[in-house]
Amino acid sequence: MTAVGDIAKYLGDAGTRAALLDMLLDHVYLSLVPLVVSVVLAVLLGLLCHRFRQVNATLIGMSNIVYTIPSLALFAIIPALIGTQVLDPLNVIIALTVYTTALLVRPVAEALAAVPAHVTAAATAMGFRPLRRFLTVELPLSVPVLAAGVRVGSVSNISLVSVGALIGTGGLGTLFTDGFRQRYLAPIIIGIVLTLVLALVVDLLLVLLRNRLTPWARVGKP
Amino acid sequence: MIEFRDVTKRFDDGTTAVNGLDLVVEAGTITVFVGPSGCGKTTSLRMVNRMIDPTSGTVLVDGEDVLGVDPPTLRRGIGYVIQQAGLFPHRTVLDNVATVPLLTGWTRRKARQRAAELLELVGLPAELGHRYPVQLSGGQQQRVGVARALAADPPVLLMDEPFSAVDPVVREGLQDELLRLQAELDKTIVFVTHDIDEAVRIGDKVAVMRTGGFLAQYAPPAELLTRPADDFVAGFVGKDRGYRSLSFVDSSGVEVAEVATVAEGSASESSPDWRLVVDADKRPQGWVAPDGSVVPGGSLYEVGASIRGALDAALSSPSGLGVVVDAGGHLAGVVTARQVLDVIESRRG
Repeated sequence: MTAVGDIAKYLGDAGTRAALLDMLLDHVYLSLVPLVVSVVLAVLLGLLCHRFRQVNATLIGMSNIVYTIPSLALFAIIPALIGTQVLDPLNVIIALTVYTTALLVRPVAEALAAVPAHVTAAATAMGFRPLRRFLTVELPLSVPVLAAGVRVGSVSNISLVSVGALIGTGGLGTLFTDGFRQRYLAPIIIGIVLTLVLALVVDLLLVLLRNRLTPWARVGKP
Repeated sequence: MIEFRDVTKRFDDGTTAVNGLDLVVEAGTITVFVGPSGCGKTTSLRMVNRMIDPTSGTVLVDGEDVLGVDPPTLRRGIGYVIQQAGLFPHRTVLDNVATVPLLTGWTRRKARQRAAELLELVGLPAELGHRYPVQLSGGQQQRVGVARALAADPPVLLMDEPFSAVDPVVREGLQDELLRLQAELDKTIVFVTHDIDEAVRIGDKVAVMRTGGFLAQYAPPAELLTRPADDFVAGFVGKDRGYRSLSFVDSSGVEVAEVATVAEGSASESSPDWRLVVDADKRPQGWVAPDGSVVPGGSLYEVGASIRGALDAALSSPSGLGVVVDAGGHLAGVVTARQVLDVIESRRG
């Protein structure tokens, strides 16, 4: 009962509510910007992997290694590498972009490789130039696999942004650092709930977007 | 017209797919490239629209060297039908058919209108236009593939084993459809297949190719069956070629005789001769044997078809009399195998 009372009291303050909204918006910004940027990067890198076998082995290997670097370490190293301030939110954005790109390169390359050869051959034979063929045939056909990767990436980003609070970059993670410092449970619980809800809402939106882009993948056979 | 002048294709791995091919595909005809796998038939086809470029030699379409044309531009003017149709799974049937018109800058509305006309031309109901390829049967997908290739009304059509993935009954229907379309559209068609029966059935001329990329014989189907150039062609053409060649012999001179008939359902009295059962419309329904029993008839021969049909009607009939019908299926008379053979013999003389 005390926890519920604590939460009610915590949320009763208008200033706190405004601060929570700010943190939530920060969190959305810090997790979704890397997601969008990394989808673009992963599609470009995936295309390179698909076209050049040599690049494929190298990039897939590198992306596996990148994914094993601890996030906190990456947040701390980036300022040293590119000269940003330690508290710059850009550090988190760059780090998460690197992770998500590493996560998505392999599924993108695999999705492109899975486009049936007779479909791409037919496109070429009908007079598609390579760029148009990629944008209007190969890429749309890889959306189902790409979407699965993006969903994992979004959940992973939303949870990893919280770690950024340890180096003071804002977002809902601040509720955890504050809660631990003050030995106060309410903000921690609020933080967990908001993070979960955010992850679920973003996932739902991604599913809707995927369905919108791939009506052909859900039609029944005759 | 498509012309191959001393065309050779060697791949990087050292295999020679096509070896000094000299061949002319006449405008408005169906030319079939046929042969075992590795004979270079598909490679030859793909050199026409530059999916593959020759190592040496020249390919000309309407007198113009294809190497002088930018490949996408060249390809938009040449229809292409591929095995398994190669339809875009993410586009509706209508948008699949509209592909090339859209590539060449038509408005979406005009392209879709054209696509709808083509669906009708290939015998597909308009409501299929809004389905996705996965919702169609194999035969329907193949028709959509043909419609898509014809959408921009190209003078040349390349067909790469287009009907090999469908079952034999559907395949025969698609072949008939192609011949019907060709009678209407008069395209220059190059058709690749490994099936010699398909080749002689649809080709105005057939190019038989041999492993290593050599042209073994280039001739009309009847000549291929009656005068194969060498043992390879004879072997490839296969069994019963003498009989099969009768498909290309017209039946003029075969005399049709009268036959005793009985009306369907009437009481059968005994008679020393076989009598044909006919219905009220004079359509053949079977035979009454001399002992009075009723037996099913053999194949029917339609007046004007090839002499093969006349002979088969006689050979398959329980009475030895081949039943001849008119275009409406009404009884015209009977022929005997001996009469048909006499006509065949007299043609040789």
